[in-house]
Amino acid sequence: MRYAMAVDTRKCVGCSDCVVACQTENDVPIGYCRDWVVEVVDGTFPELEIEIRSERCNHCENAPCVRCCPTGASHYSDGGTVLVSSRKCIGCGACIASCPYDARYPHPDGYPDKCTFCLTNRVQKGLKPACVAVCPTKCLYFGDLEDPNSDVSRVLKIRKWKTLIPEAGTKPHLYFLI
Amino acid sequence: MANRREFIRISSLGLGGVALAGSSLSLVKGSEVIGKLFELPLPDRQRQRVPTYCEVCFWKCAGWVYFNEDGKIRKIEGNDNDLNCNGRLCPRGTGGLGMYYDPDRLKTPLIRTEERGRQSFREASWDEALSYIAEKMQKIAREHGPECVALFTHGSGGKYFGDLLKATGSTNIAAPSFAQCRGPREVGFIYTFGESIDSPENTDIRDTRCLVLIGSHIGENMHNGQVQEMSDAIDRGATIITVDPRYSTAASKSKYWLPIKPATDIALLLAWMHVLIFEELYDKDYVERYTMGFEQLKEHVRNKTPEWAYGITTIKPHIIRETAREMGNASPAVIVHPGRHVTWYGDDTQRSRAIAILNALLGSWGRRGGFYRNANYEMPSFPHPEFPEPKRTWREAFPGKYNLATTVLANGICDATIPAVDRSCNFKGWIVCGTNIIETLPNQKNTIEAIQNLELLAVIDTMPMEITGWADVVLPECTYLERYDSIRTGQARKPQIALRMPASEPLYDSKPSWWIARELAKKLGLQDYFDYENLEDALDWQLRQIGSSLEEMQRIGVKTFERDADDLYFADGEEIEFNTSSGKIELYSADFEAEGFDPLPKYTPHEEPPEGFYRLNYGRGPAHTFSRTANNANLTDIMEENSLWVNPKVASQWGIKNDQYVWLRNQDDITSKFPIKVRVTERIRWDSVYMVHGFGHDQKRLTRCYGKGASDTELISRVHIDPIMGGTGMRGNFVTFILEDPANQRTKT
Repeated sequence: MRYAMAVDTRKCVGCSDCVVACQTENDVPIGYCRDWVVEVVDGTFPELEIEIRSERCNHCENAPCVRCCPTGASHYSDGGTVLVSSRKCIGCGACIASCPYDARYPHPDGYPDKCTFCLTNRVQKGLKPACVAVCPTKCLYFGDLEDPNSDVSRVLKIRKWKTLIPEAGTKPHLYFLI
Repeated sequence: MANRREFIRISSLGLGGVALAGSSLSLVKGSEVIGKLFELPLPDRQRQRVPTYCEVCFWKCAGWVYFNEDGKIRKIEGNDNDLNCNGRLCPRGTGGLGMYYDPDRLKTPLIRTEERGRQSFREASWDEALSYIAEKMQKIAREHGPECVALFTHGSGGKYFGDLLKATGSTNIAAPSFAQCRGPREVGFIYTFGESIDSPENTDIRDTRCLVLIGSHIGENMHNGQVQEMSDAIDRGATIITVDPRYSTAASKSKYWLPIKPATDIALLLAWMHVLIFEELYDKDYVERYTMGFEQLKEHVRNKTPEWAYGITTIKPHIIRETAREMGNASPAVIVHPGRHVTWYGDDTQRSRAIAILNALLGSWGRRGGFYRNANYEMPSFPHPEFPEPKRTWREAFPGKYNLATTVLANGICDATIPAVDRSCNFKGWIVCGTNIIETLPNQKNTIEAIQNLELLAVIDTMPMEITGWADVVLPECTYLERYDSIRTGQARKPQIALRMPASEPLYDSKPSWWIARELAKKLGLQDYFDYENLEDALDWQLRQIGSSLEEMQRIGVKTFERDADDLYFADGEEIEFNTSSGKIELYSADFEAEGFDPLPKYTPHEEPPEGFYRLNYGRGPAHTFSRTANNANLTDIMEENSLWVNPKVASQWGIKNDQYVWLRNQDDITSKFPIKVRVTERIRWDSVYMVHGFGHDQKRLTRCYGKGASDTELISRVHIDPIMGGTGMRGNFVTFILEDPANQRTKT
């Protein structure tokens, strides 16, 4: 099993519903977020293009945050998701510094927090991650890459896609449909 | 790549919003049903939920409220069976709980202690506050007539004050959603198709092949169902054509972006008609069968060539032709979207007529991928005595004017409150429920002058919005998460009803509107109009009339019915009698002509910004609704202030840098109270600037949003009234930049 997410940049309108739904689902404190929206404007008036991306932890196969964690707090879990055990964390902050995607934030309770793909609270109960379930444009696709019939496998088969900073060698599992 | 840290706004205030509002959920007394719901032996506490429909905007999506371990409201999710949201709320609906948890909420009734507008209040009991209002209402009724009390309303709670007002003998019930928003559209469509658009719009976007947006920024306005369907249309490869002086989000999804010169849309619409007619791309059979006035229209647009329009709109002739052909090829599965907030330049009804006519030429009204036929569900009303016939209405304040307005003008009430020698009727009392008319009505000076002439201003709201500061009495309404309201009916592809029930007892000393109106009715001796102890009794009675019950609706939240007939679209060759004077779709409006208006829409030039000034355009951000969400912690986290979009050429002329704060001054020498952050962007023309509406609050009781961003409303002092229906055109205002704090400048001189 290999969980992954695809984001359709052609449909995303950047409304940030994914951010609000993640906050309320995962009790992310006001002022922080596990996912966020990036809007890149290219060109000059009137020849313009915008790419809108809902971003989050890439749940990398070769995750620098897991490699650099001295206590094993950052670890791989089911379906290759990268999770943090706040219990084991000593708050050194190495993982935050190591992430090329800037996906982690320091939770006020003293540990790094980030996207979990809603693994235990939703996915393992048969639900989609909160951001995927709420998205009004249905631009987020989630599922098991090893299942050819999953939403994410199917959409990656028929659409052009890219990943962010592939040169970092992290083997990210957040795909952007372009 | 944008830096993620720029997005995360860590604020020291940040945690305040969630820490407060602590009372745990206690069940609504007397409702066994909810009690049972909580006793269900469900393995997952997440499954304990109560139905609601959203009140953060007018789309009213149905959803479920979920609780955490200790029974506090935890999250709101969409109801899968709801046709307005299909199980997906928008960011505002998802963040609706921020409204409930807002520590700045109005908590207790307040009575003014000093002169109006000084914001000095004392706490009062409900009994005292309501007696105060009742006595004033009775005094006004005695001295001037009950119709001299008017209601301004937006949202669900207003219904009960509307009923109260009607019971007293006043029908002066105004919603800014007409004359400040979609009124011109409704009138334009009524006088073309015999039907208004209303809400939610009957645009069949999911099945369209071509969607044309004229200043309508779907995606930035989160009109949920439309955003969802636009996304479906993108998936299906539909062509989107966006006409906007700004490269909106929708423009970025479009095959064609037409960066039109502001205020010239009618010229483009006429040129499109010209191409469709003279290239014979229009739906001939439809036009012949259903419309009247085609020959007059053809003559009218004969010389409205794309070359003619180019000089006006700055849109190149070949683009006008290509886009017209795209529409023609997609016909009838094409939508020239009627928009929603359309009070722009004062000739807005005519622009809406032009849009309606274009849709008629394309044969899209009543067709798949165009506009579907609405289905409404009519709930039987709870029995009450007949409302008395009003002795006078607002129309008498405007003899011979705005005859085609279909409802009360909010700005008309305001104007007719200011004493004038030639007016027999002046309004003496206002009840304002759920609308911050200081930020809603243009020309704030006028609004405040009207307020200073009132004998009574009672405001019902959940938050201390600016209007509450001017009130004599402020009544704290509980949020939608703490109350029952009327059954949502509304229009959709299928008839559907939805229930809102409380997920919590009202926090503080707040009350639902139905209760406030009923208690006020008791004091006025009008309790017969509210003949129920609890609203749920009335709802249950209504629901039982249609074979449902409160208990059923509490379980399912929404109930969908089948249409009476399989008539979502016109059948081939169907004979249709349109609800117009001629029974046909009126390309040519004899009714307009009879009222002294152009029977066919004409382009008239509008004033342009003077040197050094820029047209002030405004719109929506996806995380906010009007000014009502500006203090919501969940939503300020997404957007806490608005910014001013400025073209890079303009910015460099002024030496303005990105993220620099500037003040704005308009043509009438009004300066913004607060500075606004500049966003230098290629996404806007050089002749206009743009900001999201609803910011720049100067009410200190709104602690989270006070002074954040600028208010477009305070800079909209010039209003272009639509002579047809009285709408307030608000996009004829021009602003210039003030780079130094005007307060310091004053000190220096």
